[in-house]
Amino acid sequence: MAELVLPKNSKVQTGRHWPAPQGADKAKVRTFRIYRYDPETGLNPRWDTYDVDTSQCGPMVLDALIYIKNVIDPTLAFRRSCREGVCGSCAMNIGGRNTLACTHGHAETPGKAVQISPLPHMPVVRDLIPDLTVFYAQYASIEPWLHTSTATPDTEWLQTPKDREKLDGLYECILCACCSTSCPSYWWNGDKYLGPAALLHAYRWLIDSRDQATGERLDGVEDPFKLYRCHTIMNCAQVCPKGLNPAKAIAEIKKMMVERAL
Amino acid sequence: MARSPEARVKAQGSAKHGASHFIAERVTSIALVPLSLWAVYAVIALAPLPYEGVVAWLQSPLNIVFSTLFIAIAFYHMGIGMKVVIEDYIHKPSSLVLLLLLNTLAWGLGAVVAIVCILKVAFTGAVA
Repeated sequence: MAELVLPKNSKVQTGRHWPAPQGADKAKVRTFRIYRYDPETGLNPRWDTYDVDTSQCGPMVLDALIYIKNVIDPTLAFRRSCREGVCGSCAMNIGGRNTLACTHGHAETPGKAVQISPLPHMPVVRDLIPDLTVFYAQYASIEPWLHTSTATPDTEWLQTPKDREKLDGLYECILCACCSTSCPSYWWNGDKYLGPAALLHAYRWLIDSRDQATGERLDGVEDPFKLYRCHTIMNCAQVCPKGLNPAKAIAEIKKMMVERAL
Repeated sequence: MARSPEARVKAQGSAKHGASHFIAERVTSIALVPLSLWAVYAVIALAPLPYEGVVAWLQSPLNIVFSTLFIAIAFYHMGIGMKVVIEDYIHKPSSLVLLLLLNTLAWGLGAVVAIVCILKVAFTGAVA
C-alpha cells in the first residue's frame, strides 16, 4: 500500500528552541520552524525553532536561512547557490508549499511560524537536503539533447521564430524538483513514473522542430507508468516557482500519442 | 554491485503501450454520457410498470441493444478505471497481481451475468 504514516524512525520530534537575542524588536521577530535530520546521530528527525530578528536579514526565506546558519546555528544544512531563482538549488517546502527559498519572502508565509521542511517524499540526506539522484536519472533518461540523423549543417540548426516560440514555457524549467515532489502520483510511484519535470523536458524535445527522433522519444515514454501515471492533479502547475505548466506539457504528449495511434 | 539510479531508470525501458488504454477510457466515457441518460430514463419509465410490463419493455429490440450496451460499456469502463487505482496504490507484486485478477473477474463476471439476464428475459419472456 501507499505509505500514509511515517515509519517509526522517521517520526518528527520536538527539537531545540533558539530564542531571539535580548533587546530584539519584538515586532520584527519571526519564528522559523525547521526540519532537522542528521543521519550520523541515529536519532529521529526533529523540528527546531528559531526566533529570528528579521531586521537583521533580507526579506527572503533564504536570507533568513543564511542568517540562521551564519549567526545562530552553523549546523543547519541546506542547498543554495544563485539566490535569484535561476539555479533551483534552494527548492524546499515552505509553509506547506514547495517553492524556492530565494524567491519566497518570509513575510508572504501566513501563520505564526514559517515552517520549512525538505521537498516531500524524497529520501533526506540531511536537514533540508533531499536526495534527488533518481529525479536526475529520470531527467537523463529522456535524453535531453538534440537528436539528429541528417548531415550536420555548416551553420546552426535553423528554426523559424514560430517554431522557436513553441519552446516558450518549457525551456525555462530549472529542474528544482518542486513540481515532481508535490505530485501525489510521483510520491506513490516515483520509481516508475517519470514525474512532471522530466515529462515537461520530454515534451520540450518532442516539440522541437530541429529534433529528428520524435518517434523514438514517443516510444520511450509510451508506458502505463512513465507517462500515464499523470492523473491531472495539477499540483505541478500550482507550485512551479517559474510559473510553468508541466501538466499541460504532459497532456500535449498524451495528445501526440493519440494522434499517432489513430 | 547495486545498479546506479541511471541504470535502474533505464532498465525499466518502455512497455510501449498505454495510449490504447487512454483512448479506451475516453471513448467509453463519451459513450456512457448518452447511455447513462438513457439508463436514468429507463429506470423512471420502468418504475410504475408491473412485472409483465417490464418484461415486454425488455423485449423491444431497441431496449435490448441499449441495455446490453450500457451494461457492457459501464462494466468495462469501471474495470479499466479500477485497474489504474490498483496500480497506483498497491506495490507488493503478489497483492498487485491478485487484485488485478480479481478486478478483471469482477467486471467481466458482472457484465456477463447482467447481459445473460437481459438476454434471457428478452428472448424467453416472463416466468410463468
